[in-house]
Amino acid sequence: MPQTRTSGDLGFRIGTGLFGFVVIAIVGMIAFELTRQSLPTIQKFGLNFWRTQTWDPIAGQFGALPFIWGTLYSSILALAIAAPIALGIAVFIAELCPGRIQRPLVFLTELLAAIPSIVYGLWGVFVLVPAVRALETSMPEVLRRLPIFSGPARGVGMLSAALILAIMVVPFTSSVAREVLKSVPNTQREGAYALGATRLEAIRAALFYARTGILGAVMLGFGRALGETMAVTMVIGNDPNVTASLFAPQYTMAAVLANEFSEAADPLHLSALVEIGLVLFTITLIVNLLSRLLIWSMARSARGPAVATATQAAAA
Amino acid sequence: MKSKLLVTTGCVVALVAGTAAQQRALINGAGATFPNPIYSKWFDEYHKMHPDVAINYQSVGSGAGIRQITSQTVFFGATDGPMTSEQLLAAPGKIFHFPTVLGAVVPVYNIPNVRAELKFSGPLLADIFLGKVTKWNDPAIAKLNAGATLPATDITVVHRSDGSGTTYIWVDYLAKVSPEWKNKVGVGQSPNWPAGIGGKGNEGVSGLVTQTPGAIGYVELIYALQNKISYGPVQNMAGEFVKATVESVTAAAAEAVAKMPPDFRVSITNAPGKSAYPISSFTWLLLYENPKDKAQSKVMVDFMKWALGDGQKLAAGLGYAPLPDGVVKLELAQLAKVKVS
Repeated sequence: MPQTRTSGDLGFRIGTGLFGFVVIAIVGMIAFELTRQSLPTIQKFGLNFWRTQTWDPIAGQFGALPFIWGTLYSSILALAIAAPIALGIAVFIAELCPGRIQRPLVFLTELLAAIPSIVYGLWGVFVLVPAVRALETSMPEVLRRLPIFSGPARGVGMLSAALILAIMVVPFTSSVAREVLKSVPNTQREGAYALGATRLEAIRAALFYARTGILGAVMLGFGRALGETMAVTMVIGNDPNVTASLFAPQYTMAAVLANEFSEAADPLHLSALVEIGLVLFTITLIVNLLSRLLIWSMARSARGPAVATATQAAAA
Repeated sequence: MKSKLLVTTGCVVALVAGTAAQQRALINGAGATFPNPIYSKWFDEYHKMHPDVAINYQSVGSGAGIRQITSQTVFFGATDGPMTSEQLLAAPGKIFHFPTVLGAVVPVYNIPNVRAELKFSGPLLADIFLGKVTKWNDPAIAKLNAGATLPATDITVVHRSDGSGTTYIWVDYLAKVSPEWKNKVGVGQSPNWPAGIGGKGNEGVSGLVTQTPGAIGYVELIYALQNKISYGPVQNMAGEFVKATVESVTAAAAEAVAKMPPDFRVSITNAPGKSAYPISSFTWLLLYENPKDKAQSKVMVDFMKWALGDGQKLAAGLGYAPLPDGVVKLELAQLAKVKVS
C-alpha cells in the first residue's frame, strides 16, 4: 500500500519537523523575553552597559564590563589549560591505550563529568584554594612584579577559578574528541603506515583528519566554561575587576546572576541582571557562530583526497 | 464503557468534595533566608497543634519575597530590610510590616597567633571595610586593644557576594557610624564594595575567613553560635563594648519601643542604651491589609497571634532574640486591622 506509506512518511516528517521547530521557538522566546525584561537598562545605559565598570545597585549605576571580562578571561584560561590535557587523554584512549585499561579510563573521565558543580566548588574552597594560596605565597618576588601575578596572595581569585573550570571542562572535551578520533576510518592510519609513517606520524594524520570534530569538542568545553556558575562563584572572589592579574578576585556573569537575583527588589537592578543574562546569551551565540565559521572554513580547505592529507601530515 | 466513565467521574467528585469538607488551609509564603530556621520551627509546631493548617515557606531571599508578595503569587512575604516607600506604592494594596524576631550580625576574624578577643568600634569597622585600615597592627586597632600583640599582617575583607539581609543590617550600621561610608557606598542588599572578596552565603564568608590568614568578615549571630566561630564585641553608642547575645539584642530593641513608627519600618542599628548590641535588627513578615482570600487571612491572623505570643518562647533556642513586650502590644493592634471577612 504505497499510499499509506507516503502518508506515514509525511506524518513522521511533520512530527519531527515540529520538534525541530520547538528548538528554534525556545531560543527565539528566550531572546525575546530577555530583551523585553531588560528594556529599562537598555534604554537608560545603551552601549555603556557593555563598556563601563561600575556596578552599584544602591546608586543605580550598572556597567557589565568586569563581568564580561571575568567570564571570557576565566573561560579562555580554562580552555588553554584543559584543551591539551583533554586531547592527550583522547589520543591515549583512542590510539595507544591497551584494551584492558581503556574501559576504566573512559569510565573515570566520564565520572568526572557527572560530579555536581557544587561538589567541585566545595573541593575548590577546601583543597584547591589553600594550595593556590601556598603557590602564590611561595612565588619569587621577581615574578610577583609581573602584572599577571600582582596583588596579595589570597588563594581565591582568577587562578583558582580557571583551574577548577579546566578540571570541569576536561571530561567533556576529551569524551567528544575520543569519539571523533575513533570515527576516523582505519584506512587513514593504514595509508599513513603504507607510506612509511611512524606511529606518531600516523596519529598526527588521524588528528589532522579529525580536526574539525576536535575543534567542535574544544568549543563544547568553552561553552561549558562560559556558563558554569556554582563552582566558579565559590572560588573566584566575586569582586568586579578588570585586571589581567591571575591572583586578583574577579567576577563572572553567571556568578553575579546567581548571587544577586534573589535579593534584587529594585526594578532597575533586576533589569540590569536580566540584561547580564542577555549579554551572556549573545556572547554564547557569537562564540558558537565563530566556531561554526571556523569549522566550516576548515572543512572547505580539507576537500583534497584522503591520501593527500595523510601524506601532508606524514611529510610535515 | 460509559458506565465506567460515570463511576470514575463520581469518584473524582467525591474526592474533591471530601477535601473541601476537611477545610485544609494551605498558605504559601516566601522571602528572607535569615529567619528561615525560626519560621520553619513555627510552621511545624503550629501544624502539630492545628493539623488542618499547613503553612509553606520558601526561603528565596528578601528581594524575591518582596517581588512575590507584590505580584500576589504568595499570601505573605518576609524581609530583612523594610520595603522602601516606592516598593510599597508599587504593590496593588496596602502592605503591613510585622516584626517577628530579632537577629544580630557579628564581626568574625582570623589572625594567626592572636588568641585574645579583639574589640571593634563602628568607625573602625567602617574604615576596615572601606579599605582604609589595611594592616592588623594599625594604630586604630591597637588603640582599642591595648595589650594584644598585633601582627603586621594584611587585612583581607570578606563580604557576602549574594544579596542578603545580613549585608543590609551590616552596611546600615556602617552608614550610621561613618559619614564616609554613607556617602561613598550607601545602604542596600548588594552594595558596590570598596574592598575585599565575596563569599556566597554565611558559610562562604565563614569559610573564607577561617581559611585566609588576616581575614575579617561578618555573619549572623546564629550562624556563629551554631558553628562555634569566635566573634568580637562592638562598641555601642554609649561607649560600652558589648558582645552579641540574645539579651543584648533584645536590649537594643527595647530602646526602639518608645520611638516606634506606626508602620514598624525602623532600623535599630546603633541603638542607644548601655547594654544594647549595636548591630541588631528586626526581621519582618509582610501581609496585605485587605487580602483577597479571607479564609486564608483568618488562619494567618490566628497564626500570627500565636507566633507573637507563645511562639516567641521558641526564639532564644535558635539564637534569635524575642520581641520586647511593648512591640508585641503595638503589633497586635495592627494585626486587628487585617481584614478577615
